[in-house]
Amino acid sequence: MLIKQLSVFIENREGRLLEVTDVLAKHDVNIVTLSLADTSEYGILRIIVSDPEKGREVLKEAGISAKFTEVIAVQVPNKSGELQHILKVVSDAGSNIEYMYVLSTGINSSVIVKVTDTLPVIEALKKSGVTMYTAEEVYRFQA
Amino acid sequence: MIWNETKECMSRDEIQTLQSARLVKMVNRVYHNVEFYRKKMQQMGLEPGDIQGIEDITKLPYTTKDDLRDNYPFGLFAVPESEIVRVHASSGTTGKATVVGYTRRDIEMWSECVARVLTMGGVGRNDKVQISYGYGLFTGGLGAHYGAENVGAMVIPLSTGNTKKQITLMEDFGVTTICCTPSYLMYLTEALEDAGKVDKIKLKSAICGAEPWTDGMRNEIERRLGITAYDIYGLSEILGPGVAGDCEHHTGLHVYEDHFVPEIIDPKTLQPVKEGTVGELVFTTITKEALPLFRYRTKDLTSISYDKCPCGRTMARLSRFQGRSDDMLIIRGVNVFPSQVEAALLELGGVTPNYLLVVDRINNLDTLEVQVEADDNFNFDEIRELENMTKKITRTLEQALGIAAHVKLVEPKTLARSEGKAKRVIDNRKLL
Repeated sequence: MLIKQLSVFIENREGRLLEVTDVLAKHDVNIVTLSLADTSEYGILRIIVSDPEKGREVLKEAGISAKFTEVIAVQVPNKSGELQHILKVVSDAGSNIEYMYVLSTGINSSVIVKVTDTLPVIEALKKSGVTMYTAEEVYRFQA
Repeated sequence: MIWNETKECMSRDEIQTLQSARLVKMVNRVYHNVEFYRKKMQQMGLEPGDIQGIEDITKLPYTTKDDLRDNYPFGLFAVPESEIVRVHASSGTTGKATVVGYTRRDIEMWSECVARVLTMGGVGRNDKVQISYGYGLFTGGLGAHYGAENVGAMVIPLSTGNTKKQITLMEDFGVTTICCTPSYLMYLTEALEDAGKVDKIKLKSAICGAEPWTDGMRNEIERRLGITAYDIYGLSEILGPGVAGDCEHHTGLHVYEDHFVPEIIDPKTLQPVKEGTVGELVFTTITKEALPLFRYRTKDLTSISYDKCPCGRTMARLSRFQGRSDDMLIIRGVNVFPSQVEAALLELGGVTPNYLLVVDRINNLDTLEVQVEADDNFNFDEIRELENMTKKITRTLEQALGIAAHVKLVEPKTLARSEGKAKRVIDNRKLL
């Protein structure tokens, strides 16, 4: 259930994001989904790729530092109250959501979630009947 | 007006005779009272008797800032601590301050020197002098203060900051002279213009020092405020402000050679250079009681001329400063060494000691940006973590440097790696 996300620190300047995507494309590493958090001076690019180890390696070779962060991919059926239910489970497990962003998986959506204590949250979600993707499933999402 | 015509207008012969007598006396006193110099002289096989006159000054050993630091706090004092009536200190490269001390007579001599500079700037007993240098361990505030009292002016000890109040009192009290850093005066000029107060104040002169400035900046200030601006030079190791100052002819800084003997040396060979050649300025104090120094290397680059100034004063004049022979920066009047930044970052941990200082002058105030690499030790998955780190670095640097710096995180491995001499500083200020 643990998914390896790549976090890349990038300065807020022209063309920098392009350089990152360029390196990944050249080495045939697919970006499954991403989110970009930004401040006035720098941004943090969070990406789920088809092959995290390879992704990190090729970025490093290109002089771009990337760190692994463990996240989970939670399915959210396209119905009212579903997200609220998931958030409640996380909250009841005593964990805090650091950030979340969408993972597009067709008619239903999923969210990539970074929580403070990953393992207890995974257990709690499982118990409450919430479906999560495995790392392999996520890495293989492709058009 | 000349404050002390007998001294300031002596002939070259008279100056040298006086310097010789004072130097011989001082070398004797130092040899017997300061272990550091006694040992140094013994190692060189030099005895006090070898110094017969001012021409023998080149036989004396050099003194550096490191020597002061190594003997922290009072190791170089030549008098018992009971004779010391004041200490000042400036920040050092490794956190340890450079401490300087004064006896009662040293303070009197200091007030005399500052009075000479102020008088050159037309300040007299009818003037109202606003001191906008920092008061405290920094020599600027109290140094200028005692000199202004000595000339009999009304002194307004405002210290730094609170520009609004500075302007209010300047207007209400009818201040005629301000003592501050040139960059602060530029800032104040704009604030006065914005407040529409330029015509309402009675300011006629400014005595500026503690950081380098250009003739262009001087002209700009003079034009916009309708005043005359003068330069005052000094360094705490030798005295504080008042080692030298310029007159209305702006022909260079008149050095008070009856107290401080200037020399210009080649910073590499350490040999004296010919008159008029640029080199490192070195001072020997010949009257200081508490902290007499032999050939103190200021690291300031300049040249000396000995011809008489149209103002009638005869003492040596220093030309405009051409920079430094070390990497010290003067930012908002504060001495900053890049190595201080490095030491602070290392102490902090979690940050590579790879950094770049970018100094600029924006709206006439010096700015310091410290670029730091966010390396793999950073948890750069979360903005909050990065912001905390930035805040922590900012606080640590402010404590270490004594001035606020803007910390900017940059990508890992993007700052130049040290290949021989690493480029640690980009100074975008146009000063020279």
